[in-house]
Amino acid sequence: MTEGDRVTQGAAVGRARPRAVTEAEARPNARAVTEAEPRPSARAVAEAVTDPELPMLTLADLGVLREVTEDGDTVTVAITPTYSGCPALDTMRDDLVHDLQQAGYGPVEVHTVLTPVWSSDWISAEGRRKLTAAGIAPPGNAPTHRDGGTVPLTLSLPSRHVHCPHCGSADTGLVSYFGATACRSLYSCCTCSEPFEHVKEI
Amino acid sequence: MTSHSVSEGNVYDDNVYDAITEASDDARWAFGTGFSDPLAGIDTTVPDGVDGADLAAYSLMLADDALIMSHRLQQWCTNAPELEDEVALANIGLDLLGQARLLLARAGAADGSGRDEDTLAFHRDEHEFRNVRLAELENGDFGELIARLLVFSVWRLALLARLTGSRDTVLAAVAAKGVKEVTYHRDYAAQWLIRLGDGTDFSQKRAQAGLTEIWPYVAELFVAGPVEERLAAAGAGVAPDGLREEFDQVMGQVLAAGGLAWPEVPERAGVSGQTGRDGVHTEAMGYLLAEMQSIARAHPGATW
Repeated sequence: MTEGDRVTQGAAVGRARPRAVTEAEARPNARAVTEAEPRPSARAVAEAVTDPELPMLTLADLGVLREVTEDGDTVTVAITPTYSGCPALDTMRDDLVHDLQQAGYGPVEVHTVLTPVWSSDWISAEGRRKLTAAGIAPPGNAPTHRDGGTVPLTLSLPSRHVHCPHCGSADTGLVSYFGATACRSLYSCCTCSEPFEHVKEI
Repeated sequence: MTSHSVSEGNVYDDNVYDAITEASDDARWAFGTGFSDPLAGIDTTVPDGVDGADLAAYSLMLADDALIMSHRLQQWCTNAPELEDEVALANIGLDLLGQARLLLARAGAADGSGRDEDTLAFHRDEHEFRNVRLAELENGDFGELIARLLVFSVWRLALLARLTGSRDTVLAAVAAKGVKEVTYHRDYAAQWLIRLGDGTDFSQKRAQAGLTEIWPYVAELFVAGPVEERLAAAGAGVAPDGLREEFDQVMGQVLAAGGLAWPEVPERAGVSGQTGRDGVHTEAMGYLLAEMQSIARAHPGATW
């Protein structure tokens, strides 16, 4: 159960509590709701929406939330896709609309912003801590591409050290560059023998 | 379900099954299939000096390459030699499908027709598809797959890297994201081709045979048609004839590392000089479209 405990801790510390607003209906959320402020700011609601595939991370942790603007009851949110084909984007859009409306806002528009393109470097320090707590190794620095130039071919494994999120060992090996979702690779630890996932550098 | 306490359980208690009980959230009935316009909220104004019809035709070419290649990769699901490669091919297919969706939407917005991605993917006929023939070829063995994926990725990466400078901000953005993705597609295919070439006699033979099989369709990748030339001149597109040098250099590097020979096979001519970019395809294309489009055509206008 250590795995589940870690996840729970990771979620409880930050603002990652999923469905925070739905829950507020039954039991008002002490953090956001006070007598003077009947509803949390649209930004606070949007920031607390979680990623459907990495539910320990909020959209703010993941770095995909670009802009939240309020105009009366109307809210406009801009999000940026992580990968071109990531199916989570549509779900994020639905969750934003759902949670903002549950918080008492009216029409919600969710826009896509394509430029500049998302990088794993945008995952916050808090997000990296939550990933590690959930048993997923956070990404290192993303490679940089020179616009328009020839991208060099990589024929050997990168010499980067991915630390095991379970025991902290740097003696780990790549099992598969591709994993259960577009953003993750599979590793295993040579010290504690545990397999683990790693968020790719992109 | 309702007895679950989110704050006391772990985060996975808040799952899609809880969510679908809320009638207002139809999209949750199937995770990730609430398709909406991938360019929602994005400025799709055609830049000055660029012809909208040309921009749409060009976007369709790049979209169809990705869509059809993605379909061939999807057909490898449950057929790959190892689970890791199964996952890899599905991931690469998903990236290409994502690129295709954005590019199809860009095409529909650029020509003013307002056709959405589904209309373009599922309701065009064979002669309206603009993909290169390399993408549509019938799947062969793993050697053929790796040879084709490498050739496709080396070429597409060279193209997308140059397209990041497009005056069309949508194409530039799709290219910038695509560069990151096709970089690891190319690495995957290159590493496998070297492993096969440098492996056993049998794997070496299969890799070489795969290259020989697809090589007749390589020359077509570098033919610049009138649409590509006009868009390149307007600073919005890339003329593919300028990509050959980089392609030869990267392919040469991989073939040398894998001890494989540069294939010496003649080019497969088109029909009266017309090939994939002109909507003239191989026999395999009709069967591919029949499969890919059958559901959408059996239920026209259906949403899911």
